[in-house]
Amino acid sequence: MSAEETSRQLPSIAPSPHVAATEGVTSIMLWVVAALAPVTVLSVAYMGWTAAWVLLASVGTCLATEWAWNAALKRPHTLMDGSALVTGLLLALALPPRTPLWIVVVGGVVSIALAKQLFGGLGWNLFNPALVGRAFIAMSWPGVLSQQQVPGGWFRGLELAGTETLDAISGATRLALSAADRSASGGYAFDLQAQYSPLLFRNLEGSIGEVAAAAVILGGLVLIAKGIIDWRIPVGYVGTVAVLSWAFGSDPAFNVLAGGVMLGAFFMATDYVTSPMTRRGRFIFACGCGLINVVARFFGPAPEATTWAILFMNGLVPLIDRMVPVRTFGWGGEK
Amino acid sequence: MGDVDAFISAPVHSPVTGTVIGIESVTVASGARAQAVVVEPDPTQCFDRWVPVPLSIDTTEMVAWAGIVGMGGAAFPSKVKLSPPGDMKIETVILNGCECEPYLACDHRMMVEHPGLVLQGAQIIRDAVGASRVLIAVEDNKPECAEMLRALGDHDVEVLSLPTRYPQGAEKQLIYSLLRREVPHGALPASVSALVHNVGTAAAISEAVTRRKPLIERVITVTGAVRNPGNFLTLLGTPVSALIEAAGGFSGEVGRVIMGGPMTGMGLADLEVPVVKGTSGIVVLTPGETAPAVYGDQPCIRCGRCSDVCPMSLFPFSLGIYANLSNWDRTEALHALDCIECGCCSYVCPTRRPLVQLIRRAKHAHLERGKSR
Repeated sequence: MSAEETSRQLPSIAPSPHVAATEGVTSIMLWVVAALAPVTVLSVAYMGWTAAWVLLASVGTCLATEWAWNAALKRPHTLMDGSALVTGLLLALALPPRTPLWIVVVGGVVSIALAKQLFGGLGWNLFNPALVGRAFIAMSWPGVLSQQQVPGGWFRGLELAGTETLDAISGATRLALSAADRSASGGYAFDLQAQYSPLLFRNLEGSIGEVAAAAVILGGLVLIAKGIIDWRIPVGYVGTVAVLSWAFGSDPAFNVLAGGVMLGAFFMATDYVTSPMTRRGRFIFACGCGLINVVARFFGPAPEATTWAILFMNGLVPLIDRMVPVRTFGWGGEK
Repeated sequence: MGDVDAFISAPVHSPVTGTVIGIESVTVASGARAQAVVVEPDPTQCFDRWVPVPLSIDTTEMVAWAGIVGMGGAAFPSKVKLSPPGDMKIETVILNGCECEPYLACDHRMMVEHPGLVLQGAQIIRDAVGASRVLIAVEDNKPECAEMLRALGDHDVEVLSLPTRYPQGAEKQLIYSLLRREVPHGALPASVSALVHNVGTAAAISEAVTRRKPLIERVITVTGAVRNPGNFLTLLGTPVSALIEAAGGFSGEVGRVIMGGPMTGMGLADLEVPVVKGTSGIVVLTPGETAPAVYGDQPCIRCGRCSDVCPMSLFPFSLGIYANLSNWDRTEALHALDCIECGCCSYVCPTRRPLVQLIRRAKHAHLERGKSR
């Protein structure tokens, strides 16, 4: 190539930096979906179409709501950022498998339209959209989440893929039983330690995402290893739950494995938009989640308190971001 | 050839023997026009003796006369660094062998090919400022450099291996990595009794003091989408296009040609611009590697990566938002002026927000404000 040819090629110019990381919002969201795959696949394997329908209804509703909102407001479409897909998946995993599908649809619409788009879309929402959807369902149809029959007989049967009988899985969860026992007598009617293995690997009580805590942990560890989520949030959350459960005289391992603690700690509290911006802030936020979770579980009306704990702390995030000091390099003083 | 009176400046020397045929306005890398001296080279180049200087001259005066500036990229006049304020005592001289940016390898080659000059320069600097300790910082991806310098150096030169991490080559970050001391806001490294020079600068100082050679050439890394990437000992004033020719020309489609490194360098619009004392590299990026010239307006998703990577512990996301709003009171309170413009925040941002670019606006506004006060 001659010097003339060399100088004739006009390269583009822009201020530095001239290179950028390849990771964008979509790839981050797809990694979250991939990390949720183990628990999702296990739930369908154990519960069959019962869980699959909830998953499909939730994801479908969230994607459709996202599309419809942007279409109605003549805004650029944001389906490709993957955030609605993640919200749909998380909402489904936070619901019991036999949730009536129309209620799932309402939850999905609330998640996307009310919790996310009304606040300005991705990046602007104060509260975790999937958890707002779940909270809306919990307040509107309390029976759904406590797994009692709701009027109208909308519950679908759980296809049995194991030895459990319908009776064994339609009543209160062992978490609820343990809380009831505890408040009644201060002791437990069943052996909490015997629950470790079912909670880790095969549990048909509670929400879909509680089917196997081991699968949730596996996915969460992948996200930590990929640098997508900050380890401080799950460690702070789970650690606080364990320490406080022990302090209140209960079994720490049972309390971190039961209910939605793992799903909440690895996938809900780590939501970028609704968690603090600083490392120290994230740790404080996570410890707050764990504290509220345990206190509500042991002293509140509902043992399944993950949703409320995280939503409450979501509301404190702006305060945490403002109040947790970060010392600029070279500015001395408190670090 | 060209001289100046201002303290923070350095004279220039002609890299060739020849005749001055004029003073012209030329385009430089930033795209601005600058005055340049045009020299017609003689057919026979004579490099065996340099312009005579008085024998009584001391090291600092010699460095000033030789026009030596920081070769890491910032091109800060070295004589200024060798004349710290009287009340400050330099204990530790640090030679920066951490490549200032990814892609660049000019410091590496300097250490491999001229370890003697580097070590000699270190001792000259140490003696000039009366320091007791010399540290040479080498990143752990160049263990052979560390070995060689250790083998050749006196026992009083410490060679330290550091993890390879951008922007460790930045002065304040390097001092912190080595000494765990933070240079206070707005202060010089001398305030923590340290002095940092690039290894290339040390070699140039050594040549100036021992051979009376002014700064007329430097090692430049030419890499990226060129056929034969390499490091070139280049006369100052050489057009960038000639360097690209020397590296075999472009090897494919060109996205951007950068003077300096990909994180802080300047994108060139004109390849006839001359290389200068601070030119550490010419990096040719393919279109696929090049960050977009125009940024979108995706909102921040609050992932916090920008502040996690910020070496100064700033909040680039907030700074970006306030800079966009021209709220200079807020950007000042968030310490925009401490930004070292390493570009890490813009690099990691998953929504591709132009963070460091916005912070530069804020810094510019603050400096303007400071002047008008």
